[in-house]
Amino acid sequence: MAELLSLHDAVARYVEDGATVAMEGFTHLIPFAAGHEVIRQKKRDLTLIRMTPDIIYDQLIGAGCAQKVIFSWGGNPGVGSLHRLRDAVEKGWPHKVEILEHSHAAMACAFEAGAAGLPLAVFRGYIGSELPSVNDQIKFIECPFTGERLAAVPSVRPDVSIIHAQRADRQGNVLVEGIVGVQKEAVLAAKHSIVTVEEIVDDLNTHPNACVIPGWAISAIAVAEKGALPSYTHGYYDRSNRFYKEWDAIARDRDTFTQWLDENVFKAGGQA
Amino acid sequence: MSLEYSSSEMMSVTAARALENGMTCFVGIGLPSEAANLARLTHAPEVVLIYESGTLQTKPEILPLSIGDGELCESALTTVAVPEMFRYWLQGGKVDVGFLGTAQIDRFANLNTTLIGDYKSPKVRLPGGGGAPEIATNAGEVFITLKHSKRAFVKDVDFVTTLGFGRDGKGRDNVPNIGKGPTRVITDLCVMKPDPDSKELVVVSLHPGVSREDVIEATGWEIRFAEQLESTPEPSENELTILRELKARTERAHADA
Repeated sequence: MAELLSLHDAVARYVEDGATVAMEGFTHLIPFAAGHEVIRQKKRDLTLIRMTPDIIYDQLIGAGCAQKVIFSWGGNPGVGSLHRLRDAVEKGWPHKVEILEHSHAAMACAFEAGAAGLPLAVFRGYIGSELPSVNDQIKFIECPFTGERLAAVPSVRPDVSIIHAQRADRQGNVLVEGIVGVQKEAVLAAKHSIVTVEEIVDDLNTHPNACVIPGWAISAIAVAEKGALPSYTHGYYDRSNRFYKEWDAIARDRDTFTQWLDENVFKAGGQA
Repeated sequence: MSLEYSSSEMMSVTAARALENGMTCFVGIGLPSEAANLARLTHAPEVVLIYESGTLQTKPEILPLSIGDGELCESALTTVAVPEMFRYWLQGGKVDVGFLGTAQIDRFANLNTTLIGDYKSPKVRLPGGGGAPEIATNAGEVFITLKHSKRAFVKDVDFVTTLGFGRDGKGRDNVPNIGKGPTRVITDLCVMKPDPDSKELVVVSLHPGVSREDVIEATGWEIRFAEQLESTPEPSENELTILRELKARTERAHADA
């Protein structure tokens, strides 16, 4: 049964130093408020999993929280590079970060396999790609029925998954609407999960086939209004494309990044 | 009287014309998205556009900045989870064309979006594979569009993120359940197609006002030209108007957000 906690307490309880953490949300519903709380609590040596690291992991990497990043597309969508990710990979600032990269299909299948309790995901992928030569977690297996060569990757089983959603009811059941990405899979694949929501309502007012995650499958719910900004929450507020563009200049330079982090995350208390 | 247009517009219009009405197209962000939506707004109203964020049969009014913009979801027939998108719709064989961009492409149409230099100590780290590695092999065929330059068109890519025809042109031979691969590359100078036997890219059509020398200078290998080299048809007034309106709408919307 999901427990209603403050964001501070949810992160303090479930995100340990050295943990494997997946903060998901495919461009939409990226759990920025939770990411900032992880930065404020100075969590260290995290293995961060996300299909698209996006600005959220750029911030966590630059803040020194990450030891390893597992991803499939590491850019600033529609803008360019993630400069903090690049600085960590290319120059080791603030420290060297290990990367393990996949394709989207592999990561999506790996989340799904994690949710399904399987040790691996099997799919028709990586044919002719050189990614298997730089990622030892990509293997090929033979279909026992047809003999076809198929790609295999380990399932994703995070210690904790963190997602943002529109709303929860008082039993902690969560409604996710719009681009749903791999959020349900991430929650079900993880040992523990934190879901931040825009609001808590009496009635989810949903329909039979909506993406609803039952409260008994979630560890903690925390209210984080505008918790996905500068990404967006369908039905609540739009993506701040402007901030994504501004981030390019902020993140390009170590000093401007550090200053931004101080002003907007550390000094912002629980409000950022 | 001939119309005034830029080489970028020529590229977008030519890329758009590659899509036929009724095709199902898995769309990459950026130039492919511009071309695919131009096709939908001109000669191919029934083209089905799919983005990897899970948005199925989407009809955006403005071009998305990111692959997961709300506009794509709001104008879609339906939106599915990302694993379903890659497993059922792409791997399941429901996609006719994958429309991709790239940072680097080589003579066998292999794509590199991973890095420039050596993997362990890259000169430039690029975003990575995203959806492309499986789009390129699971879609029926692949169209590629990017600006022509010596930095982008190299003899051998630094890293094969996404299969064209492999480093020897034989990367798809005897592989079961694989698409045809790249069937055309559309740039701001020309259109290229793979040679039927060697799979090396060959220029089949030059855009108006572009010379062979222009293409040779902007290509990092000894580019060959088809015996029957064609001249790419100019954009029509209607295509240019619709493209310009689409881009103006997009700019206005993104400036406000």
